[in-house]
Amino acid sequence: MKRRQFLQLSGLTTTAALIPGFLKAFETNLSVLSGKRIVIVQLSGGNDGLNTLVPFSNNIYYEARPRLAIAADQVLKISDDAGFHPALLGMKYLYDEGMMSIYNSVGYPNPDRSHFRSMDIWHTASNSDEYLNTGWIGRLLDSNCKGTEHAWFAIEADDTLSLAMKGSRRSGFAVKDPKRLHAALSDPFYQQVQVGKQASEQESELSFLYKTLASTTSGADYIYEKSQAKPSSASYPQHELGKSLKEISGLIQAGSESRIYYTSISGFDTHVRQAETQQRLFQVVGDSLKSFCMDLKASGNFNDTVVMVFSEFGRRVKQNASNGTDHGTANSVFLLGGNLKNAGLRNAMPDLTKLDDGDLIHQLDFRRIYASLLDQGIGFDSTQILGRKFDSLDFI
Amino acid sequence: MTEAQKTAHLLRRAGFGYSLRDKSNLSFDEALTRLFSSNNTYEELYLQGEERVTMAELRKMTKEERREILDDLAANVKKLNLDWLKIMGKADGQLREKMSLFWHGHFAVRVRGFAQVESYINTLRKYALGNFGDLLMAMSKEPAMLRFLNNVQNKKNSPNENFAREVMELFTLGRGNYTEHDIKDAARAFTGWGVNDSDEFELKVNQHDTGSKTIFGKTGNWEGEDVIRMILERDETSIYITRKIYRFFVNDQVNETHVAALAKDFKASNYDIPKLLKQLFTADWFYADENQGAHIKSPVELIVELNRTFGISYDNAQPLLAVQRVLGQTLFFPPNVSGWAGGRNWIDNSTLITRMNLPKKLAEAGGLDMSFKSMDDESPNEFQQASQLKNKFNCRFNWELFEAKFADVATENLWQAVSENLLASKIKPDLPDYLKQKLTNPRPEIIRLMALYLVRLPEYQLA
Repeated sequence: MKRRQFLQLSGLTTTAALIPGFLKAFETNLSVLSGKRIVIVQLSGGNDGLNTLVPFSNNIYYEARPRLAIAADQVLKISDDAGFHPALLGMKYLYDEGMMSIYNSVGYPNPDRSHFRSMDIWHTASNSDEYLNTGWIGRLLDSNCKGTEHAWFAIEADDTLSLAMKGSRRSGFAVKDPKRLHAALSDPFYQQVQVGKQASEQESELSFLYKTLASTTSGADYIYEKSQAKPSSASYPQHELGKSLKEISGLIQAGSESRIYYTSISGFDTHVRQAETQQRLFQVVGDSLKSFCMDLKASGNFNDTVVMVFSEFGRRVKQNASNGTDHGTANSVFLLGGNLKNAGLRNAMPDLTKLDDGDLIHQLDFRRIYASLLDQGIGFDSTQILGRKFDSLDFI
Repeated sequence: MTEAQKTAHLLRRAGFGYSLRDKSNLSFDEALTRLFSSNNTYEELYLQGEERVTMAELRKMTKEERREILDDLAANVKKLNLDWLKIMGKADGQLREKMSLFWHGHFAVRVRGFAQVESYINTLRKYALGNFGDLLMAMSKEPAMLRFLNNVQNKKNSPNENFAREVMELFTLGRGNYTEHDIKDAARAFTGWGVNDSDEFELKVNQHDTGSKTIFGKTGNWEGEDVIRMILERDETSIYITRKIYRFFVNDQVNETHVAALAKDFKASNYDIPKLLKQLFTADWFYADENQGAHIKSPVELIVELNRTFGISYDNAQPLLAVQRVLGQTLFFPPNVSGWAGGRNWIDNSTLITRMNLPKKLAEAGGLDMSFKSMDDESPNEFQQASQLKNKFNCRFNWELFEAKFADVATENLWQAVSENLLASKIKPDLPDYLKQKLTNPRPEIIRLMALYLVRLPEYQLA
């Protein structure tokens, strides 16, 4: 039996009808989100910021990386002392079009050089000696502001959900392939299981599980419908990141009410053979971002979008003995959008004369970027998410 | 609550559920007695025939040599993971394994070398059902711990407070029950607690600060051992540990009255762990309505319980590593020093559907067809693990033994009997329509269909 047939036979048209009480069980937070949607692109593994945006006028950089430094005549210059890696033509284009703000030396105090720990710090927006179980987007969902009651408010284009998207009461929605998920949930088992389930007054673990199941089936329906409505016809690189961004663009163009999108690309842990790896990955990243931004622009959606590109840490200033670089600290963060208040290079290039044991010293707390995205971007009081006030930046 | 339901509740919480070989009329008293008497002998986790490379030897290698060895070491940690998973499912000493899983989340350590992991887990399992003071002391001197929390860098002239802080904040007292000064001076007492070239604990005398320290308001030339003793003297320690054990075994929603009473006895018994557990498992409220079906199984609990219930045997258990990963709990890879958050934190749209699909895929010997983010510290670029998910589960259920459990049950009572066998006692799902139509099928088939339906339910995620 097909899912649709089953629903018709049951005299129901949407899964939500099965569980009316569940969705009402939440009290609604009165804050109304305004403004933009946020797209987060994570470069997993610790992207080497110094070879992403190259300080080509700095001798220390060339001395520290005799074999890995990008020659000054190779970089795609954007200022007298900064230029993109030659494979980042897409990024250079977006920068030149006034669609990008760049912040250098972004990090946090007492940096942790372990991938998983540093990534958790970025995901939970915690201090480096603090362990949180919820992510910064997850806490936005927990806040219950209007819109977050929808399972599809925050979507991660992946099979599993990142910590950033996990709240204590609600979490984001992981879906790599809307069609496949929809097909999987069309197994009559999932409807059978939910028949006759009523919301119970007390929030038992069982009702929590059924609520999650209900939002999973309704979310899968909604996202599948939107993904089929207006799939993007633009051309994207044939790579997971390109596919994910194309999927996201399709959802945006179909008018999905989702406000947060999350996707990641891995492979940036370049202890060895960094030059070849970066060349390959940067081409994918630059071209995918360019396709995505131009796609959104052409469909009139770019002014309401801010893209954040980040990695859990940068790498050490000195190259290692294997033509690679080891785990470092502060890094550059790239923000893209059609309507940035202040595009361009927003602060100085990293100071290579003042290092902490060979590592960059962070100048800007990453949570100030989150605060800007929340306060100015989507119009939600960031102190509720970050636990304290972080001064906003002026890119949006 | 019938005696059978009470027994089932005990076995599910204190261990990993019924074994396929348990007799069907196992009484509560028998189950309880066995739980506490069957832990004396246990199998150490030990990888036969593997070369054990010390950290000192690793340091002497070239970067390339080291890289190669580290890959081997990481692969061996995964072997240990699967070995332990297997033991959890099969061992008679269920309480030791369950308690070790608890302590693994409590003394959460994540290190590379498999020899270190092997030593760490065997120390945990050795002391899991002993005295908490002994366990704390052993863990504080465990090389994996000293490395993970940077105590090997804690030296007289450049103290590192990481271990001293976590030992109070996460392992014993809990936040708010110590001062920054306590941490500072405790760190000084732990200076020189390091690891020698044979990867064993060693007090490095020339790095050790023998000066006067003030901890919890008491001044003296305290040693690390003194700090641990002083921590154990504090009521907060017994309350913190008891509360955490309560949340693990009883309910995420804590009844502070019960915790306070248990903690008092726990401390009076000089931190006798089995005594505390026995008190817990024999308390009336342990079986109260609000504590039944109130615990969301952790991924490891879910996997092991399935393996145990159906006697699943694997030709290749590798895909179980991937299952742990996508469900958010990989043995020896806790998210951080505070361990797994547990409870509702296990559940999101992806993990819930994966949990509901898992038994079907296992029974069909299918694959999960998912990808996941690789975040191994030693190899974040590795995609090879993703293929584990595509790999089919090469496993068999022991249906004959499972079916035999219901040999005496009349067909019209089968649904109730199988439900009671598989689900937490207060949960009584209705027989779904499509199974009603199959009640005339051969009995083995009916039992299988019912069992596979039940273990895919949201209800099965609860214990």
